[in-house]
Amino acid sequence: MGERKVLTGAYAAAEAVRLVQPDVVAIYPITPSTGVAERVADLCSEGKMRARLVRVESEHSAISVLMAASALGARTFSATSSQGLALMHEVLHWTAGARLPVVMVNANRGLAAPWVLGPDHQDSLSQRDTGWMQVYVASGQELLDTVVQAYRVAEEVLLPCLVCMDGFYISHTAEPLEVPSEEEVAAFLPPPPPRPGLDPNSPAAMGALVDGATYGRIRALEHRAMAEAEEAWARAEEEFARAFGRSYAALEGYRVEGAELLLLAMGTAASTARAAVDSLRDQGVAVGLVRLRRFRPFPSGALAAMVKGAARVAVLERSISPGHQGIVASEVRAALYPAPEGPEVSGFVLGMGGQDVTPEMVEEAAKAALKGEGREEVTWVGLD
Amino acid sequence: MGGTRLGALGSRGIPLDDETTALELLEPGHAACPGCGAALAMRYALKGLGPRTFLVIPASCWSVIAGAWPNSSVRVPVLHVPFETAAAAASGVRAALDARGVEDVVVAAWAGDGGTFDIGFQALSAAAERNEDIIFFCYDNEGYMNTGIQRSSATPRGAWTTTTPTQAPKAEPKKPILEIMTAHGIPYAATATVAYPEDLIAKVRRARRVKGFRFIHILAPCPPGWKHDPSQTLRVTRLAVETGVFPLVEVDGGSWRMTRVPAGLPLREYLKLQGRFAHLMEHEVWELKEAVEARLRAVQARAGVQDNKT
Repeated sequence: MGERKVLTGAYAAAEAVRLVQPDVVAIYPITPSTGVAERVADLCSEGKMRARLVRVESEHSAISVLMAASALGARTFSATSSQGLALMHEVLHWTAGARLPVVMVNANRGLAAPWVLGPDHQDSLSQRDTGWMQVYVASGQELLDTVVQAYRVAEEVLLPCLVCMDGFYISHTAEPLEVPSEEEVAAFLPPPPPRPGLDPNSPAAMGALVDGATYGRIRALEHRAMAEAEEAWARAEEEFARAFGRSYAALEGYRVEGAELLLLAMGTAASTARAAVDSLRDQGVAVGLVRLRRFRPFPSGALAAMVKGAARVAVLERSISPGHQGIVASEVRAALYPAPEGPEVSGFVLGMGGQDVTPEMVEEAAKAALKGEGREEVTWVGLD
Repeated sequence: MGGTRLGALGSRGIPLDDETTALELLEPGHAACPGCGAALAMRYALKGLGPRTFLVIPASCWSVIAGAWPNSSVRVPVLHVPFETAAAAASGVRAALDARGVEDVVVAAWAGDGGTFDIGFQALSAAAERNEDIIFFCYDNEGYMNTGIQRSSATPRGAWTTTTPTQAPKAEPKKPILEIMTAHGIPYAATATVAYPEDLIAKVRRARRVKGFRFIHILAPCPPGWKHDPSQTLRVTRLAVETGVFPLVEVDGGSWRMTRVPAGLPLREYLKLQGRFAHLMEHEVWELKEAVEARLRAVQARAGVQDNKT
């Protein structure tokens, strides 16, 4: 039987890691993910986890330890943030390219310069093309549940997964959570699949030099695995709901029905936007909300279906591709582009580096979008 | 070339037996250049390591020598890893084997001097500090040879490379990696060369029985990079030892020993076989000689050996 505990997001992530019992964990501190490393170290020293804990000297070595251990079939975990994730970049590509089902938690935080501690999604979205699956959660409970699901999907399709939580808003906020039992999780999550090839009894090489055509085929297979991951996520979420009674999907709609305008956000800003939607509905504005939970594989089809009836979509995001537009807006526009009757998409950037996203800011953006603003360039909200 | 053989000075190296001598884990179809010291180094190291070995190879000449997919030139598993990650990746392999309860497989990181002295150093130092149960090999050809001969911090003073041209050859001395690694307090460290395979293999066999972090630094000449004739690789390597440029040392449990007393041949004999030193003026050779002798005296002092030249 599970139990109810009051946990911060960082501790919730550590509880999830205890439940999946990885073989190898590598840890390195960085604000605001440090709590995950500390709690995992406690759990290992208390004998509640059997993982080999490698206390490395950098995030770069953390992901390198996981990459190598995973190549031998070990279940692996680490947590990081921001600069740490950026430092891992090269090995993120390597891990996905080698089809290793590493799972990590990223406590989102803005990237320097200048130094900033609060969350935005620039750190993880900058890793968009590394081949990692990416999920953005909106609560501690969702974080715990998603880490468990991530292992299930990653090990099924052999792709790594980054589970992202907003730093501080989730990592440092304590909430009452349902923590399932190890037995319940074991029933949901089979052991990691054996990894053939790297055994002294039948020696082989992994990662050796290839020609361009072989390399291209490997990239194509990786891309195809992402398509399989779409279905694997849907199955995992469905079975998770059956087993644990909590359901998640790639997109979470709120008051979508009859909405002229749909707001779209990721992470905790979506919770604020929900309050703004209620307020706007009270003012007679036909507005709804789409929370984008899964960023890779990107749920293009589901998104097009969900926004079909709306005239406008306003993307509210904590990320930007300087010189182009908001990263999420760009993705949403690309996903909706072929629909001739599709909604107009406005893009708003707000809450960078942890600036509070208030209901007033969301309402301001919504009203601007209803006037057709923000369609051609980035519209900043909340700046003087 | 004179010199005194292994064992005479109390090395704990485990001498060869017939089985070790006959063991071939490197295939003849590897992709190394003619006269490549790095290929020889692997051949001898694998004799000492045996078939229950797991190799971790970062970017280096050996990324190529190991063979392009689907071929592999070694009869042990190889995990190719990014340039700077050898020690961290080897730690990960060790952790995964430990998690599976596999104890008889030795994990060997196999890096060049770039992957050891330079870009790989942070992870290397950290793995040594954690006393990871791995053997870290550096096959040292004294430069970035796979990219076409650029200077590394292992390139000796005075040497030409494409980034230290003859008008401005390398000004700085080679980084003293053995001293740096032994300062970590690791249980075993040694130097070896491809010119003295018995010494190399004996040290690898000794290292294989030690638990914890082990570091083996192998001088492995590169004919195109050093600009010597491929037929002269072993002669150049022997001269590196016998002139005192590359002392053969074993640091077992913190105690230093020289496993060969250099014959004290003139440095010039070593330099003149290599085009990379051809530009050196008389006074520059003299300066190099002074530096080589000073380092040799320091190593001898640590090993408790009388300076045989005084």
